[in-house]
Amino acid sequence: MSLLHLAIISPLILAIFIPFVHKTFPKIHTGWFLLPLPVLLFAYFLSFLSTTINGQTTMETLAWIPTLGINFTVRLDGLGLLFAMLITGIGALVVLYSIYYLSKEKEKLNQFYVYLLLFMGAMLGVVLSDNLIVLYAFWELTSFSSFLLIGYWNHRERSRYGAQKSMLITVFGGLSMLGGIILLYLMTGTFSISEAIVLADVIVNHELFTAALLCFLLGAFTKSAQFPFHIWLPDAMEAPTPVSAYLHSATMVKAGIYLVARLTPIFALSGLWIWLVAGIGILTLFWGSFNAVKHTDLKGILAYSTISQLGLIMSLLGLGAASLHYSTIDAGFYTVAVSAAVFHLLNHATFKGSLFMMVGIVDHETGTRDIRNLGGLMTIMPITFTIAIIGAFSMAGLPPFNGFLSKEMFFTGMLRAQEIGFFNMGTLGILFPIIAWVASVFTFIYSMIIVFKTFTGKFQPEKLKVKPHEAPLGLLISPVILVSLVVIIGLFPNLVAPLINTVMASILPGMEFDVHIYHWHGFNTELFMTIGVILAGILLYKFMPKWTGVYTRMPERFSFNSAYDNGLAAIQKGANRFTNAYMTNSIRTYLIYIFAFFIFTLGTTLIVKNAFTLDTSNVASIHAFEVVLVVIIAVGSISILFAKSRMTTIILLGAVGYSVSLFYAIFRAPDLALTQLVIETVSVALFLLVFYHLPKVSRHEETRQFKMGNAIISVGVGVVVTMIALSAHSGKAFDSISQYYIENTYKKAAGENMVNVILVDFRGFDTLFEIAVLAIAALGIFSLIKLRLTRGKEQ
Amino acid sequence: MMKTNNVILETATKVIVFIILLFSVYMFFAGHYEPGGGFIGGLMASGAIVLLLIAYDIKTVTTILPFDFKKVTAVGLLFAAGTAAGGLLFDKPMLTHWFTYVNPPLLGKMSLHTAVLFDIGVFLVVVGVTMTIIQTIGESE
Repeated sequence: MSLLHLAIISPLILAIFIPFVHKTFPKIHTGWFLLPLPVLLFAYFLSFLSTTINGQTTMETLAWIPTLGINFTVRLDGLGLLFAMLITGIGALVVLYSIYYLSKEKEKLNQFYVYLLLFMGAMLGVVLSDNLIVLYAFWELTSFSSFLLIGYWNHRERSRYGAQKSMLITVFGGLSMLGGIILLYLMTGTFSISEAIVLADVIVNHELFTAALLCFLLGAFTKSAQFPFHIWLPDAMEAPTPVSAYLHSATMVKAGIYLVARLTPIFALSGLWIWLVAGIGILTLFWGSFNAVKHTDLKGILAYSTISQLGLIMSLLGLGAASLHYSTIDAGFYTVAVSAAVFHLLNHATFKGSLFMMVGIVDHETGTRDIRNLGGLMTIMPITFTIAIIGAFSMAGLPPFNGFLSKEMFFTGMLRAQEIGFFNMGTLGILFPIIAWVASVFTFIYSMIIVFKTFTGKFQPEKLKVKPHEAPLGLLISPVILVSLVVIIGLFPNLVAPLINTVMASILPGMEFDVHIYHWHGFNTELFMTIGVILAGILLYKFMPKWTGVYTRMPERFSFNSAYDNGLAAIQKGANRFTNAYMTNSIRTYLIYIFAFFIFTLGTTLIVKNAFTLDTSNVASIHAFEVVLVVIIAVGSISILFAKSRMTTIILLGAVGYSVSLFYAIFRAPDLALTQLVIETVSVALFLLVFYHLPKVSRHEETRQFKMGNAIISVGVGVVVTMIALSAHSGKAFDSISQYYIENTYKKAAGENMVNVILVDFRGFDTLFEIAVLAIAALGIFSLIKLRLTRGKEQ
Repeated sequence: MMKTNNVILETATKVIVFIILLFSVYMFFAGHYEPGGGFIGGLMASGAIVLLLIAYDIKTVTTILPFDFKKVTAVGLLFAAGTAAGGLLFDKPMLTHWFTYVNPPLLGKMSLHTAVLFDIGVFLVVVGVTMTIIQTIGESE
């Protein structure tokens, strides 16, 4: 086990100790014990920065199930490092923030921090694993720990609903991703991502390619809340705000982005991948930003904003993948989309994290997140206001913050989409910049809503539960660090350029990059688009009441949420109805199923295999008394069906039994005849006993009702069994083994009654357990009759 | 249940029970050479006890035969399982029987066979089971 492995599982190890620490030091906030770990891990990953930027990849392998090709292989390249630093860095800030956010008296902190550590370790595992099965294991662990964190306040109904919804959707995607992993394994024979990348040419021409691609994309889209699987993210906002900031803006929702970026070298050779990733991404971008505007809950706005920004990154990754189709020189033209994606990924983590923390502060200090109740907080909470304004302006794409830079690159990438000369991009590609522009206008509007509806306007103290005041210092540290990063990256973007270079090298292997981000890139289309966004955004924001009626025109029942709710209810109702339809609680019905299945399978096998044969050559001659006995048994059996009273039935049954013992006698089986005679007597006596004890009320004699279905099934069973018996008798393949017994009964077992010798000597083992069966039956009857606890209670 | 004084039945029973019992013992011992064996012998023996039950009542029968028939079943199972396992002591597979012929005076040539011990187990289990079932049902209200 290398240090890198230890780094990944260290959060899981620490999670074991958290409950003990929590019990032992109840006076100290548990979060303090946690804080050093992400800080240390961040420093550790930072130490890889220089080597990774120089193009070095660190690989460490730990054998797990080597015979199945499953090893815990850690591969640290640019993409993995960026994510690892995001996870640990923002993780440290979130832990610090949560120490001040969660009260140590009121909350179950041990649970919270255990879940958070599980999540952190799982996320590190996802982004650093090279083995797909290990990646999948960590992937599901993120789903589960996220489920636990969303449902942290499990006394609230909405929390449980949100946790369940996110669980169902992300696990659905996770399982389909597992399907993709297996398909990929079938194509390449390896679970290793880096080995599969080498085989990309083989994979793209394989017949399983499309299926694997769709499976992986389902996994990535559900995790990253892409259209139409975005519905779980807004409901996940029931989680505590540190969780929302960490999971649902900076890390977990980017796992899908990570997967898409990681698999780009494998799948991007197909047009389907580019179209799906770019198309779904741009659709999500538009839908998320459009819906964010109608919300009044700050976290609701941020949830939809996250969805929309994830769509933006996704669409950029899709378009950037086009560069894999060109030779190295032309490809540089399209790689700008990938560099924009990576840059925006980093930027989004910084500003969205700070915005969530800002909302948490507002919620914490005013008691509400509803923008209709908020307003005029600017002078009361100046630092929070500054955080909000920097974060939101960066999100809207305004200079001089980092959002502006990535948005300009985003427009560049989108504008170049129509120049991709294949997969119909030339004609349909024009849609990309248009949708991107419209979505950006909406992004601008909701960013303004977050800042101005919360902090400017009329102060309404009567609507607030607590008297608002500026947040304590501890709550402010983390968002302040994040917004400083926003400003620093905004002003000096080329600080991160080498990192972006390395990340791109892992997304698009075998290419050279030289990313350089310019603030001032001349009077080009992108700049005019941004100016247009700002103008249109300001206009639309000013006249918001005039057009927000659009949202009410879309009825709630056509939304994806109600589709999910109704779908879930319909599945339950359908399953209920289905189960109730065939589980009737009537033994008659179940017997009909069993017999019908018996007739169907055996009958069709007989017919399909043409197995019915009739061979009379080995049939013995028939004697008159055999015919007489058969007639007696047949008449007796048929009369049972038509007997009016139960007494007649029992006596007829006895008659049939005694006739059978006569059969044994004439077919020279004296032991069987004796036993049959006595047993028949005993069972008839028992039948009579049961008959005598029938309850008086329902004892009225009634004839059986004739049911056509029952008649058909009984005749069918009879016919099928007869056919099988005749065929089996006709097609005897081997001689009987009875010759051995005949020869050795006296010689080896010192007996002359062959039946008895077989029973106690040759095959005594059967007899041993048959008498055990008898003993169990006797004890069963004894306990059924003697131990009547329930009746005693009723009395 | 029956309070009427049924002298003929009771007297006949006293004779017939022994005949049936004797027959059942015959059946049991003849089993290895003639039709019969532990199973049918056991059924016959319990038939004799059932006749007693019909002629008298449960209390009388339990004083005549003071056995707990569940224990009889258990003893029978032990016999059968013990005989089956006996072969293991002599490094033989399970249920390996052993037999020899002896010539005692008066009785002439006869065989000794461990299969008979096994059959005793079967006999006891069958008697125990039948009597447990009949007694339990008979005693219940």
